[in-house]
Amino acid sequence: MANPLAGVYAARHRLKESHPLTVLIVERLGLSLLLLWAVSVLIFAGIEALPGDFAQTYLGQSATPQSIANIRADLGLDRPITTRYFEWLGGVVQGDFGNSWASGAPVTEQITKRLGNSLFLAFFAAAISVPLAVGLGMVAVHYRNRIPDRVINILSLAAISLPEFFIGYLLIVFFAVQLGVATFPSTVYDGMPWSERMAAIALPTATLVMVVLAHMMRMTRAAIISVMSSAYMETAELKGLGAFKAIVKHAAPNAIAPIVNVVALNLAYLVVGVVVVEVVFVYPGMGQYMVDAVTVRDMPVVQACGLIFAAVYILLNMVADLVAIIANPRLRHPR
Amino acid sequence: MTDPIKYFASRVSAHEMNRREFIGRSMAAGLTLAAATSLYGKSAMAQEPKRGGHLKLGLQGGSSTDVIDPAKSSSQFTFAMNRNWGDTLVESHPTSGLAVPALAESWEPNADASVWTFKIRKGVEFHNGSELTIDDVIKTLNRHTDEKSESGALGVLGSIKGIENKGGDLVITLSEGNADLPLLLSDYHLVIQPDGGYDDPSSGIGTGPFKVDNFEAGVRATFVKNENDWRSDRGYVDSVEMIVMNDATARMAALSSGQVHFINRVDPKTVSLLKRAPNVDIQTTSGRGHYVFIMHCNTAPFDNNDLRLALKHAMDRETMVEKILGGYGKVGNDFPINETYALFPEGIEQRSYDPDKAAFHFKKSGHDGSVLLRTSDVAFPGAVDAAVLYQESAKKAGIDIEIKREPGDGYWSNVWNVQPFSTSYWGGRPTQDQMYSTAYLSSADWNDTRFFNTDFDKVLLEARAELDQNKRKEMYHDMALMVRDTGGLILPMFNDFVNATTTNVSGFVQDIGNDMSNGYVATRLWLNS
Repeated sequence: MANPLAGVYAARHRLKESHPLTVLIVERLGLSLLLLWAVSVLIFAGIEALPGDFAQTYLGQSATPQSIANIRADLGLDRPITTRYFEWLGGVVQGDFGNSWASGAPVTEQITKRLGNSLFLAFFAAAISVPLAVGLGMVAVHYRNRIPDRVINILSLAAISLPEFFIGYLLIVFFAVQLGVATFPSTVYDGMPWSERMAAIALPTATLVMVVLAHMMRMTRAAIISVMSSAYMETAELKGLGAFKAIVKHAAPNAIAPIVNVVALNLAYLVVGVVVVEVVFVYPGMGQYMVDAVTVRDMPVVQACGLIFAAVYILLNMVADLVAIIANPRLRHPR
Repeated sequence: MTDPIKYFASRVSAHEMNRREFIGRSMAAGLTLAAATSLYGKSAMAQEPKRGGHLKLGLQGGSSTDVIDPAKSSSQFTFAMNRNWGDTLVESHPTSGLAVPALAESWEPNADASVWTFKIRKGVEFHNGSELTIDDVIKTLNRHTDEKSESGALGVLGSIKGIENKGGDLVITLSEGNADLPLLLSDYHLVIQPDGGYDDPSSGIGTGPFKVDNFEAGVRATFVKNENDWRSDRGYVDSVEMIVMNDATARMAALSSGQVHFINRVDPKTVSLLKRAPNVDIQTTSGRGHYVFIMHCNTAPFDNNDLRLALKHAMDRETMVEKILGGYGKVGNDFPINETYALFPEGIEQRSYDPDKAAFHFKKSGHDGSVLLRTSDVAFPGAVDAAVLYQESAKKAGIDIEIKREPGDGYWSNVWNVQPFSTSYWGGRPTQDQMYSTAYLSSADWNDTRFFNTDFDKVLLEARAELDQNKRKEMYHDMALMVRDTGGLILPMFNDFVNATTTNVSGFVQDIGNDMSNGYVATRLWLNS
């Protein structure tokens, strides 16, 4: 008996042959949506499982049974969990993330501002740290096991070994308190002049660069060294290519996949994982916003933040995979 | 200037010491009369407030879930922020704690304190240009007490039966007499708003010394001077910026680098470090908040008063104040009132650490084995350390305390007021009556020591309606003894509020009402240069 779906499979196969990358991207996007949905279920269930609901935690010690009941009725918290979930999901599908329970303002509006701040900081941290890490990694390989390599390794390992808040405090003490040259606190706000904004993010950016540098630098170094020990590098050397040129032309392209993966992970961290740095530098990013919302069980905000964080991770990982595939033809045609 | 004299001079500048006191004490500290007189003149001159400038505050306690609506104010940040733009009917006096007029000019109770008439101040303008009327006042109180209220003040105002306008005066009728009603109206939620805030509760339009310029929840709030303020003795600067700084080290760095003029919640453990900064003054205020260990009087083994007394005597209070509060606090006496409250009951013997007495009561209780204490640092800063200190001091009396560390998240819903023996924290209340009614009345929701004593309840309700202050003071004396000797409360310490300013600001008032000069800090400070 012929499978009714056989035609579809065949078409998919043909499409995969002719446009392998397009099919891959579409498939990955579809899976991402499914993943995001699963994340939203998990977050919803997680908030429900936390002790105390919004009305209780928001009112805190000043709560009375009547005011708690009033808030619950107002927000519809007295209805079954499935009703509330599908109502929320219905809104999201139409692009409406609802209003924050605490402030009553639309979630989208608030998040745009906070996400903008987070991306602003992450962008500059990445723009400095990624080229620096890869460059230092190459220099380290070039001077492998000699003094420059050792110095780069020790310094970057020292930076990653210190907790990020401690690096932050050190920078504040030296540059803001003692020397008085840096701006602190790093609070940014609407209508802040560009130059002041740049001055404000100098210290947090420096902190983030030091935190993520070592990871990427060491992966670059390790990946290139492993490629260097392969036969074609020997050939390159034998045919008379200079050491640095051989690294740039032959080793780096082959080492790109593991490096890009580590870079993607670190970029995701720069967007979603920097709440400690935000708190230390008083920087209004997404991290603190989500923590505040979780503290009072403000479901619409937690959901929106959680989904954005998940999407950032999924997207960056997808980009990393694609870059790896493009860089390495063997992965494009898996057998 | 030697240290005590410098201190006296600062007291003069802060209006807290008069000429005779200053000269007397300074001479006692070794100054000649002429020098003391001239110094008094300088310090008193320094108290003349300077106007203008931009005041910056770095505050702990703000969150991105904050709103301007005073009914929903629950953080330290909104507490201080709402003081800038709004006024209440009544305020509490910074040092005596008694009710003083604000938007209400004067008030009068009837014989049993169940009907109160308030005269509302005339000629006061809201920031939007409209004049304050009795209707605005009534609507405000309605919004906080009606059946749809989500206000944090609802619990305080539960006994209000009627709010009316009688011939232009505000008349409040209560279901039972309450001599403290004016002070209850000083609650920070009860900011008078145009139309009572019904149409736009978060407009930030009020009668206060500053107008809201910009507010970004969890980030910062900015204010500009209200030129039509009805009071001239506040709001000295042109503009105010309040920045949310939830990290203690960030606050200290911002203050010592001069980026902000004021910070709250200085960690007692690091005060000594902050003091070393040359441009910083530490501002401490005796507070009503207290760190407590609470036992359920109706749950075994704590249903035995001898065991409770044993545990009370096993507490080394001085060490607690020294180690947990860094010395910034006062020892407690197992009842929730200290001398900052009006009608404080004097002459009650201070309970002290006495391993012998503890051992005696422990033996008498017949309890065998250990006692389980639940704690978390969420209860109060250093609660876990405090529990360990307590365990040590109790061991010397032969009492074995087992400590269970509970997760911080959910501590207030799963442990506090649920488990029979735990650590906790109470903020103060404006009056003794309110403190006792909130947590020691048999019917109270937050009777977290399960203290059921009908005699106590009776005296509490009688005292509430008693207008004779002497009789009332006696009643509070009796109530304090009942809680101290038969209750489930172990109260080792009252914590001070520790704030800090830079040396180029003046005007900070040590207000016993609450932290940050009772929230009025931005309206009271001025810049010297």
